[in-house]
Amino acid sequence: MDPLRIGVVAIQGDVREHISALGRASESLGIPVKAVSVRRERELDGLSGIILPGGESTTISKLLVRFGLDVAIRRMVRAGTPIMGTCAGAVLLASRGDEEVEKTGTKLLELMPYAVMRNSFGRQKDSFEADLDIVGLDSPFHAVFIRAPLITDAWGDAEVLARFRDDIVMVKSENRLALSFHPELTDDTRIHAMFLNMCLNYSSQP
Amino acid sequence: MRRELNLEDMKHGTELVKRGFASMQKGGVIMDVTNAEQAAIAEEAGAVAVMALERVPADIRAQGGVARMSDPQMITKIIETVTIPVMAKVRIGHFVEAQVLESLGVDMIDESEVLTPADPFYHINKREFTIPFVCGATNLGEAVRRIAEGSAMIRTKGEAGTGNVIEAVRHHHLISQMTGKLEMLDEEEFETVIKTYAAPFGRLEKTAREPLWNAPTAQTEVVFNGMTLGEWEDEIRDVLLDIKKRGRLPVVNFAAGGIATPADAAMMMQMGSDGVFVGSGIFKSDDPEPRAKAIVEAVMHYDEPEVIAEVSKGLGDAMPGIEIGDIPEGQRLQKRGW
Repeated sequence: MDPLRIGVVAIQGDVREHISALGRASESLGIPVKAVSVRRERELDGLSGIILPGGESTTISKLLVRFGLDVAIRRMVRAGTPIMGTCAGAVLLASRGDEEVEKTGTKLLELMPYAVMRNSFGRQKDSFEADLDIVGLDSPFHAVFIRAPLITDAWGDAEVLARFRDDIVMVKSENRLALSFHPELTDDTRIHAMFLNMCLNYSSQP
Repeated sequence: MRRELNLEDMKHGTELVKRGFASMQKGGVIMDVTNAEQAAIAEEAGAVAVMALERVPADIRAQGGVARMSDPQMITKIIETVTIPVMAKVRIGHFVEAQVLESLGVDMIDESEVLTPADPFYHINKREFTIPFVCGATNLGEAVRRIAEGSAMIRTKGEAGTGNVIEAVRHHHLISQMTGKLEMLDEEEFETVIKTYAAPFGRLEKTAREPLWNAPTAQTEVVFNGMTLGEWEDEIRDVLLDIKKRGRLPVVNFAAGGIATPADAAMMMQMGSDGVFVGSGIFKSDDPEPRAKAIVEAVMHYDEPEVIAEVSKGLGDAMPGIEIGDIPEGQRLQKRGW
């Protein structure tokens, strides 16, 4: 079997952690994976999945637009390529943003049916770790929230996979997965494995 | 699947949360700003964070005097203006300035040699804080000591306010060279490195009794933060073993001190820096806005000379800059701290 080629969008943020988490998830699943970083449009060719990592959503958004990656990513995902966004990545996948998104002129990719609120827990001193129950996982997942966004409203075919308190922190719709926390910062590879399974389904379609 | 919120379940200020914050800055440019207007320009240009301070290093250098933490009012105004993280500087060892910044909601503290040091013996015990710290280093020993004290991010000291990249390059080389060497040391040599790196924690102890007798500080002597020299050696050992295992620092490692052009920034990235701080380089240049944007783009495309060429066109003059040899030893900011 040819390895699944998964691209981590490497404008800025914790790209290396995602690449390493993909490697570990690949081992645990026994699925060969080639994780690559993507900074140019041509590097998107032939990918079986895309990850939008954590980082600063304002910075990532501005540079996605400046270098034309936003259009290319949107086209691929609409054509079926799975995508996973973590933290800043989840902000960018949203259809609607809050005041901060508006004020900074952050251009959302509008790929998922939810509204997002940036920095919704507060500043860095309010960042935290906590356990989450996640649909599809049989034991809690230890999640790291860093200046994390929340999903304030989800509609249409959005399937809520996890909440923290009453708030939505993980959503799936079609070939798209969004999380307001950072599975790439811990050793637990179950969420990356979940995403790799989505990529595997997609790439094994005729 | 909803359940009652138990605040005990939320852990704030852990090492993972602190280092995680620093990780989100990777591949980015952190810019010095002195007012809300500049902060907005930095955010618009694509900075991942801003460093709020009253005077950029070039002005501190020119004006002299004691440089301290900035006015909380100015910092608050910047916090209210931008949505990206706001960092601010405290003097080396000045833990109350750090408490003040934490209470203001600053996202990361730079314990910085650019300000006048407040404590001749100690750096801040950074583990006592909920928010993360970044600290400067000129070599691996300094980096390791700062990490042992709880720093979540390391940057080169370089020579701030000069617009001259040579010292940042020097410090980056020294840190990576020694990182590579750890692999090759035998057990005895490794123990010597640990002792050498830990020794400065005994400075106060040694200085206090120097007129009486000159024996080395005993390992059982409490030297800093209620810990004995021996315990600090253990901390240093843990950090060094971690570095040896990874082949790199266990925290994010940025370049800082003298970066003035897109090519400077890209060079530091090609050498292996995780990102860059640009201090005086932007707002002391002819035309800050395009330069800020160009440096951001050059950091993203650090290994594509065509892109760096393109973004470097017509930026106007960079800051004038200073030859390092023209700065008397005693006035070099990188000599502050240990």
